[in-house]
Amino acid sequence: MSNVIANAPSNADTMTLEKEGAENGPAVMADAQRKSNRSETILYVDGVSVTFDGFRALNNLSFYVEPGELRAIIGPNGAGKTTMMDIITGKTRPDTGDVLFKSETDLTKMDEADIANLGIGRKFQKPTVFESHTVFDNLLLACSGGRGVFNALFHRLSGAEKARIDKTLTTIMLDDKRDEMAANLSHGQKQWLEIGMLLMQEPELLLVDEPVAGMTDSETEETAKLLRAIAKEYSVVVVEHDMEFVRDLDCKVTVLHEGSVLAEGRLDHVQKDPRVIEVYLGR
Amino acid sequence: MTDYSQKYKMTPVVGWLLQDRGGMILLAILIAASILIPICSLLLPQSSAFHVPTWMVSLLGKYLCYALLALSVDLIWGFCGILSLGHGAFFALGGYAMGMYLMRQIGDRGVYGNPDLPDFMVFLNWTELPWYWYGFDMFWFAIVMAMFVPGLLAFVFGFLAFRSRVTGVYLSIITQAMTYALLLAFFRNDMGFGGNNGLTDFKDLLGYSLQSDGTRAGLFVASCVFLGLCYIVARGITQSRLGKVLIAIRDAESRVRFTGYRVEYYKLFVFTVSAVMAGIAGALYVPQVGIINPGEFAPALSIEIVIWVAVGGRGTLYGAVLGAFIVNYAKTFFTGVMPDFWLFFLGGLFIAVTLFLPKGVIGAVPAFGSANGQSFLSGVRKRLNAGGKA
Repeated sequence: MSNVIANAPSNADTMTLEKEGAENGPAVMADAQRKSNRSETILYVDGVSVTFDGFRALNNLSFYVEPGELRAIIGPNGAGKTTMMDIITGKTRPDTGDVLFKSETDLTKMDEADIANLGIGRKFQKPTVFESHTVFDNLLLACSGGRGVFNALFHRLSGAEKARIDKTLTTIMLDDKRDEMAANLSHGQKQWLEIGMLLMQEPELLLVDEPVAGMTDSETEETAKLLRAIAKEYSVVVVEHDMEFVRDLDCKVTVLHEGSVLAEGRLDHVQKDPRVIEVYLGR
Repeated sequence: MTDYSQKYKMTPVVGWLLQDRGGMILLAILIAASILIPICSLLLPQSSAFHVPTWMVSLLGKYLCYALLALSVDLIWGFCGILSLGHGAFFALGGYAMGMYLMRQIGDRGVYGNPDLPDFMVFLNWTELPWYWYGFDMFWFAIVMAMFVPGLLAFVFGFLAFRSRVTGVYLSIITQAMTYALLLAFFRNDMGFGGNNGLTDFKDLLGYSLQSDGTRAGLFVASCVFLGLCYIVARGITQSRLGKVLIAIRDAESRVRFTGYRVEYYKLFVFTVSAVMAGIAGALYVPQVGIINPGEFAPALSIEIVIWVAVGGRGTLYGAVLGAFIVNYAKTFFTGVMPDFWLFFLGGLFIAVTLFLPKGVIGAVPAFGSANGQSFLSGVRKRLNAGGKA
């Protein structure tokens, strides 16, 4: 079984994709080679399928993220982007397939809290912060460290934690909002705060779902800058609709369609792919 | 604005007590009441204008027990969003534990004069004490059980419910079912808890007659002390990092999960602590009212507790105490003056509070309400505007 996973693409779909990839450029060729060695991946998703009430949300989805990589995932509505996030973070269990973190930990057997503590942070599509807490407290709660009940009951803020929170506040450009209630932040600031909370978790892999939805142009630009800076330290997977933003990210792109990978490569490369054009414009 | 560097340097207990204006007022009132009421009741002559009759002491003591019960509900509902509509069950279980001790204290002074068996068991032709009545002749054991049994029930119930991620209205419904099931069970004579009549005809507590003024005053003081202690514990919990996690769960449960917290353990902790507090309230209640029967398990009663909290102001702890006093005083008043109107009044009160005082009476006081950004008037304005638009 492991032999199959390690060496062979597991379905015909990926096969054709690779053939086309071979014609289309060296980037995808290199990708095919990397697949043969899963020990280098931080996130390894292979042959994942999941069905909700007869609707196939993910259909034999396979993709791989290298340590330190910044990856954008695009796709039309219903392509399975959020379901994919749900599977990686343990919210949904796949019917079949493997999801491995750092090529050894099987994520399909763990729950959300376990996976979060393993070092996978997730940002939701709708900014989700703790509205009745201050910005500072939001970051404090996300601060890595003991998650146990009694640990939390007797916890005292340490100098090191405070310094980390201050550093993150600067990173996410919310220094002056420190003591503001999170509910009073603008939409864009909430998005940044949520990204800041992910950073406080000290993750190794960040999953970011539509970080610029509803942002102004300048906020979008700032966010792209922020994510690029973050990607220097962490592996980041960004799900996004906004093509301009994906261009700003300047990274490898995976196109999802109907629950599986349609194309993969640089943005200008996948944008030329006739099937990608059809999926995006044809309906 | 809170200066955290300052805040965290202080001894935590002193720190969060000083910052808590409502709590300071509550504790001051409790201390004053526990000194003045016994003096006014026991030392002043009946002719004095300041004399407090014993029935009043017991009535206030009863309100204090309700206040503690409301506090326990606010701890889970106001801070963690767990709307328990079955908290009366924990209260009643605590009450039964105390009632069992008081029954054993009757000894051979019962109607049938049996030194071991309570009257109702003799009446049912039982020959020996059921095993679960063992130990209840000891005060300390009854007190431990008054906290342990509700705590255990909450732990097991909560473990199953929270692990299966039962939340919101579904959780409320099964808590109702829980208290209703217990109501039916305790009605049965062969349960061994006195069936329909419950436990009553108590004589004395720790050797002091329950009818004496001194015992009444002592129970009143005990109620003050336990309400104060439980308030401090609840406040400590809500001010800790754990308390912040609880509020976070209330506002965005899945975010808390994806941040790596085991939401179910946090809920289980606070639910169990809350049930123990409810149990203590029940144990203090029973000697002051002199009876415990299955009626305390009635689902409607558990809903009433939630109304107390809503009226007082959810999520403040002292608001719950205030709400319990307001509603229960109104109940005493209405059931005396025009008993038929009480339920109408209660229903109307709940609707009015939900519409116009979303933060309860406490939220209407600017000094307290403004802390969370909404005063009474702005609340009313907002509601009316929202209504106008709809």
